[in-house]
Amino acid sequence: MDVLIALAMVAPMVAAAVAGIGGWRRWTATLTVLSCVAVLGAGVALAILTHGSSRIAFGDVLRADALSATMLIVVGVVGTLASWASIGYIDHELAHGHTDDREARRYGALIPAFVAVMALAVSANNIGVIWVAVEATTVIAAFLVGHRRTSTALEASWKYAVICSVGIAVAFLGTVLLYFAALHAGASAEQALDLDVLASHAAHLDPAVVRLAGGLLLIGYGAKAGLVPFHGWLADAHSQAPAPVSALMSGVLLSVAFSVLLRLRPIVDDAVGPGFLRAGLLVVGLATVLLAALLLTVTADLKRMLAHSSMENMGLIAVAAAAGTRLAIAALLLHVLGHGVGKTVLFLAGGQLQAAHHSTTIDDITAVLSRSRLVGGSFAVGLLAIVGLPPFALFASELGIARSLANSGLAWALGVVLVLMAVAFAALVSKTARILLGEPAAGAPPIGVPSTVAAALVAGVVASAALGVTSGPMAGLFATAAAQFGAG
Amino acid sequence: MTDPVYATLLDLAAGALLVSAVLIVWMRGLTAIIRTLALQGAALAAIPVISGVRQGDSALIAVGVALLMLRAVILPWLLARAVGAEREGRRDAEASINATASLLIAGGLTVAALVVAQPLVALSPTAATNAAPAGIALILIAIFAMVIRRHAVGQAAGFLALDNGIAATALLLTAGVPLLVELGASLDILFAVLVFGVLTERLRRMFGDTDVSRLRELRD
Repeated sequence: MDVLIALAMVAPMVAAAVAGIGGWRRWTATLTVLSCVAVLGAGVALAILTHGSSRIAFGDVLRADALSATMLIVVGVVGTLASWASIGYIDHELAHGHTDDREARRYGALIPAFVAVMALAVSANNIGVIWVAVEATTVIAAFLVGHRRTSTALEASWKYAVICSVGIAVAFLGTVLLYFAALHAGASAEQALDLDVLASHAAHLDPAVVRLAGGLLLIGYGAKAGLVPFHGWLADAHSQAPAPVSALMSGVLLSVAFSVLLRLRPIVDDAVGPGFLRAGLLVVGLATVLLAALLLTVTADLKRMLAHSSMENMGLIAVAAAAGTRLAIAALLLHVLGHGVGKTVLFLAGGQLQAAHHSTTIDDITAVLSRSRLVGGSFAVGLLAIVGLPPFALFASELGIARSLANSGLAWALGVVLVLMAVAFAALVSKTARILLGEPAAGAPPIGVPSTVAAALVAGVVASAALGVTSGPMAGLFATAAAQFGAG
Repeated sequence: MTDPVYATLLDLAAGALLVSAVLIVWMRGLTAIIRTLALQGAALAAIPVISGVRQGDSALIAVGVALLMLRAVILPWLLARAVGAEREGRRDAEASINATASLLIAGGLTVAALVVAQPLVALSPTAATNAAPAGIALILIAIFAMVIRRHAVGQAAGFLALDNGIAATALLLTAGVPLLVELGASLDILFAVLVFGVLTERLRRMFGDTDVSRLRELRD
């Protein structure tokens, strides 16, 4: 089992090293795709092998449990689709002189490195190591966001680097305070940052210090998850990054950051009672959904629309985490996976629209369905999956979240969320209808789709549909994770 | 080293951190700000050295020396290089509010830090923990400095001060985090500053200077 845990990090690391040395070649890029498949495979295998137990490996540094297996699966699926589509993206950029060999080499090495540190972030047992991994995602993503050397991409990467560095620094302060509290509760200095040790000492941690630490951790990791008040980077970065990078950030990076909060929740709750983080998550979650719904109605940019939709979904996930029941956690994890796959399809399809029109303004892009059945069709499927229509997974997950909110005395929050989601739904559907439907204008550019992007789109659509029709095999895994991290 | 001497030395180091934080908010010349940052790094490195000498712990002294190299030499040097690339006359760290107001706010933040840090001091009232509010104050003032600066290097300097504050808090509260985490964190911060450096260079090539207040193209 230890080998599998390591494989999820080592495989993409090796791919990154090979791509860094070998440069942008078809075989190095294919190796990256295969390494992401290996991450997925490791996640699936760990899901089966852990049987609901937690496995601590490599001198307490790494762990495997139902939550880490779930997150590895999400990283693996989205990583595979995004790195596959990256082949077509970079080849297109090279062919049109938008990038050069040196930049392509850097992109080729950074994508698998990004996947590797995300795998580390979800598999680490030491919250200090988790922090290091999440900070590493910031550093890597800052370069990836700025890959297209335009002034807007530069603006986005600067904002991203500044806001997320400060956010993650705040999380480090929270980590230090938790460490301080753990030392005073009798944990040994070497192990006081280990999740299992923290959990076993949680009841003896000083409540006042943990309250401070919990608040800082919520703000810090919330910044990386796109939650209010440090959400300012999200739409800029997602709209300026290359489409496969947007898919990785939106589809997994946000939820990887949020999964850290899921892990810390039981520890903070044991120390200060369940009300503290519940109130915090509820406030930031509702504020995020509110802001996202408003931004969705005013935005005129396709990729910003997708980014605001990610904010909306992260806010919903935070609200579900506030409920914190087993049902809520299981529904939340299904939501993370369904959103990850659906949003990946949307960003990859959106990337082809951007390449064809040299624009992401919604008014510039019309009648896509009649011009490219593949891009239009997959965009439509992705959108239906994201807004939570049956038979897609988000329908089931949103029902689960709604039920858990109603059952845990948060019916008022459910009411607020439902209204806001209806607003977001109307905005998303009407704007997408404008993009997809209608008669093509004379002189509309052809929408080209490289074969690798086409393959990734089809695979993503199939995965979305399969997940919606039968989430059965995953349900056991989510239930196991929920039993570990949910209350009551 | 006797207890009063130890406590005095720690307070001196913490006081130096606080004074440097206020100076960074107040000063307008980038070169002067970076020199202050280097001094701040030295004051930070003094904390583990003082504790190490008192406890006869050579590992802590080694941590202090490593910190001195990284935070008083390498990181300020990286920033100074970015400033050196600026044209003469563009090396002022313009701020969006004036010096008097920023000093007042820095004072208010220091008081806030003392209040916020109450639970920490209460849990373990040692000489080192008593100095910890200075670290928290440095963090708050550094974030404030980042918010008011319009110059890319000025913001990066604020980020470095923020990290110094977090490191100071960690050292004063817990004599530092475990080595693995410390190494990882230092490496990340080094990379983060490198990222700021690279982005600053790109800003300069794109716009001719590094005034980040012009970054206003992206909006809904």
